[in-house]
Amino acid sequence: MSSHDLGPTAAETDHSHGEPLPADRNRVWTALRSNIPAAVGMVILAVLVVVGVLGDLIAPYGVNEVNVDQMLQAPTWSHPFGTDELGRDVLSRVMVAARVSLMVGAVSVGLALLAGVTLGLVAGYYGGIVDNVLMRCMDVLFAFPVLLLAVAIVAVLGPGLVTAMVAIGVVYAPIFARVTRASVLSVREQVFVQAAVSVGASDGRIMRRHVLPNIAAPLIVQTSLSLAFAILSEAALSFLGLGIQPPKPSWGRMLYDGRGFVQDAWWLGLFPGLAIFVTVLAFNVVGDALRDVLDPRQLSQDEARRAS
Amino acid sequence: MSEPVLSIENLSVSFSSRRGVARVVDGVDWEVHPGQTLAVVGESGSGKSMTVLAATGLSPRGAKVGGTVRLRGEDLGAMSEVERRRARGRHVGFVYQDPMTSLNPVMPVGRQVTEASEEHLGLRGDDARSRAVELLDMVGIPSPEQRVDNYPHQFSGGMRQRVVIAMALANDPELLIADEATTALDVTTQAQILELVESLQERLGTAVVWITHDLGVVAGIADQVAVMYGGRILEHGTVDHIFGSPGHPYTQALLAARPQPGVRADRLATIPGAPPVPHQLPPGCAFYPRCPVRGDERCRTEEPPLTEIAPGHRVRTFYRAPHSGIERPAS
Amino acid sequence: MTTEHGAVKTGDVVARVEDLHVHFSVSRSAPVRAVDGVSLEVRRGETLGLVGESGSGKSTTGLALLRLVDATGGRVEVGGQDVTDWSRRRVRSLRRRVSMVFQDPAASLDPRLTVGASITEPLIVHDLAASRDARRSRVAELLEMVGLRADMADRRPHEMSGGQKQRVGIARALAGEPDLIVLDEPIASLDLSVQAQIMNLLRGLQEQLGLTYLFISHDLAAVEHMSDRVAVMYLGRIVETGTPEQIYRNPAHPYTAALLSAVPTADPEAERRRRRITLHGDVPSPVNPPSGCRFRTRCPAARDNCATTDPELYEVEPGHRAACLYAVEAVEEMRAGAATTP
Repeated sequence: MSSHDLGPTAAETDHSHGEPLPADRNRVWTALRSNIPAAVGMVILAVLVVVGVLGDLIAPYGVNEVNVDQMLQAPTWSHPFGTDELGRDVLSRVMVAARVSLMVGAVSVGLALLAGVTLGLVAGYYGGIVDNVLMRCMDVLFAFPVLLLAVAIVAVLGPGLVTAMVAIGVVYAPIFARVTRASVLSVREQVFVQAAVSVGASDGRIMRRHVLPNIAAPLIVQTSLSLAFAILSEAALSFLGLGIQPPKPSWGRMLYDGRGFVQDAWWLGLFPGLAIFVTVLAFNVVGDALRDVLDPRQLSQDEARRAS
Repeated sequence: MSEPVLSIENLSVSFSSRRGVARVVDGVDWEVHPGQTLAVVGESGSGKSMTVLAATGLSPRGAKVGGTVRLRGEDLGAMSEVERRRARGRHVGFVYQDPMTSLNPVMPVGRQVTEASEEHLGLRGDDARSRAVELLDMVGIPSPEQRVDNYPHQFSGGMRQRVVIAMALANDPELLIADEATTALDVTTQAQILELVESLQERLGTAVVWITHDLGVVAGIADQVAVMYGGRILEHGTVDHIFGSPGHPYTQALLAARPQPGVRADRLATIPGAPPVPHQLPPGCAFYPRCPVRGDERCRTEEPPLTEIAPGHRVRTFYRAPHSGIERPAS
Repeated sequence: MTTEHGAVKTGDVVARVEDLHVHFSVSRSAPVRAVDGVSLEVRRGETLGLVGESGSGKSTTGLALLRLVDATGGRVEVGGQDVTDWSRRRVRSLRRRVSMVFQDPAASLDPRLTVGASITEPLIVHDLAASRDARRSRVAELLEMVGLRADMADRRPHEMSGGQKQRVGIARALAGEPDLIVLDEPIASLDLSVQAQIMNLLRGLQEQLGLTYLFISHDLAAVEHMSDRVAVMYLGRIVETGTPEQIYRNPAHPYTAALLSAVPTADPEAERRRRRITLHGDVPSPVNPPSGCRFRTRCPAARDNCATTDPELYEVEPGHRAACLYAVEAVEEMRAGAATTP
């Protein structure tokens, strides 16, 4: 035996230290914080959530506290967003409406996520005729203009909070189905999925354990973008009088009510509009930043850099 | 001896990142003469490809390159970007591992083969086409008059690599750089390509730098061999030096790690662990953590110099280990 | 499930493939005949090396043993049972008895899971460990068997080197105590210095545990080193089988001879002296293989009736079979031809 054979023990073990790397989660977090627009967006969203949860507790006035003496007042220190035609405090109403908007957004996107991901997963994983049937159904839903479809659903089920959420959920499900299916198609071809099949794992287990976690990135991005659109859709439905019914405040309804006063009381439309604008923008900015950070191509570039 | 086609002196390439400076190539010297083949051998992360990219001015963005590179005696570092590009296009041909990625899928191969000539030699129209046919014929593609109008996907892997070689030879370069050019090919196809390059080299007197991890290929085609590890040259000499009397423990271990034909030993000699990652290089000898000789404190803290042990045979080690037993300090 | 897992003695046939055909149809065009009439058997405790170039069907043959591809003709038998028509559910239990190690260790491990979780998967799927603790200790044991530290179970694949990842792949393949392990190019993606480690590990495990391997590779030297018997494939068929000595010293099929002569060796002296038998042209398309002998279009010693007669494997010496009408004779002729041309 030559001198450089260390014998079986050393040759058959490999305890050499691999490269300890920061976990993915930390990397994502650091990258998001160093992106200034995304950081601002996240702060705005955090504030919105707090306001949404505590809305009526921290609002300076009651939502439906009518005070005809003070109707249509321009913004002042006691009413920073002014008052409406019944003398209600616009700031308080915008704050309380945040809850409705966020809730509609969250519930409807949650519904869309659940339905869309399930359908997309099954279609993408099994392929063939299952895929064809499911995805053609999604295409049909997709072919309708979003608002028109929502209006149709509301027309059938009658206006209200729950219908608005269901309608928006149905409208956004196909997007999730498509994103999911496309991602599943690429993950399904990965060797580690074949490896899972080779050890005898069932389809359900493979989808749950290997496919879903590996398509999380595009789904997270899609979720944050869809939240923005869902909030916009809720505003649009309420603006059309098909969403939240008065006297409950909602941004879209407030915008609708304010349209008659554009000349005389600009604050009635401006502040709810601004609230919608800022929220949608924040979700979009954070979504885009997430896309950049979670982009699988970016990940593989990072890995390539590590390897080289 | 004739003037070298390409010579590099003290070449270094480093990248800075949040996790520190990675010295991917560190103090590499070699030269290649007309008609000669230099093989640069190494495992992943050895810096073998980066050396050649940096030497031809093709290193990726963010790379800090140091040292001197001379192409046909001219200092590439003293040239402008445009001049460098012209010199490279005119005098150097490249062949990469995957022929599919070096070819444009939506352009007929004939046009791709002479694209560089159009730019550097002003070849046009029928002239370019007949030159393309000539080149395809030279690399052994059957019925080149018809094949010249085909697209890359209409060729097999081996034929595609021939097209890439034709492309590399279009301007009659003095230097051909082949980076793992046969790694993706089957052995019988590899044999065809190796034979082709050898015969072209004989006819055209081209210098070849062949980058590979395959010692077998090296033994068959190289005149000179540079063994790289962790961004440095550990051993440099003629093929007979490297295979006949390897001086570095790494070279020896690498040769011993291959199963020998006809010898069915129970166990192969192995090198423990894995090649180092560029930004985690050990402070002293890069090979120290895996070295079967395992010298002393000096190996751990001090980088051994590349010393000449025979004319034209240089080794970077404090402890030369001949085939049997360990020789004590040489320097 | 466990009752099927009967005790098999050394030398018994663990798995058998008979006249296997695997044809893939891409849309409506003619099928790709990836495997086109392959018969082989793997015996307990041995390593059968399956060697061939890309497109020879060697990997597809391996996949068929786990029913990861379905046979379009012929039979696949594991442990004496015909598994060709087993249901989806039943096939999952087959995959405990036959496991697989893949070529690219980085791609074959789920990047989101710890390597411990990857090794645990077969234990959960086949219900081989009763509790979390039992699984944990079994994973530790498996990691140590493949030369890794037990605490590496918590690492993720990207924190390991290529060789370490392949060791994890091997640990996963061992988890179900399989009767046969299909090793599909297990060293092809590794650095040279690491390949030897993995080959030693595989040989050591085989001695220790009495494992049976189907070693699939295009690396002729590795196959010679690893195998007790070798089968050479070309274009969906086995063209020659025998012991490594028979195949490598006295190849009887012209293709084997050409393949061997094309392998470069790490010996400059021998390289200068060598006379390669260079094959011309490319491997024909498996959609439409040549009539008669499939190798005839590239064979330097082909005769007229090679185009009309499809040669079957026949014994040229005990245990050594070749599918060539002019076996041995053709090889001698080729060697003589190669020696005269400079």
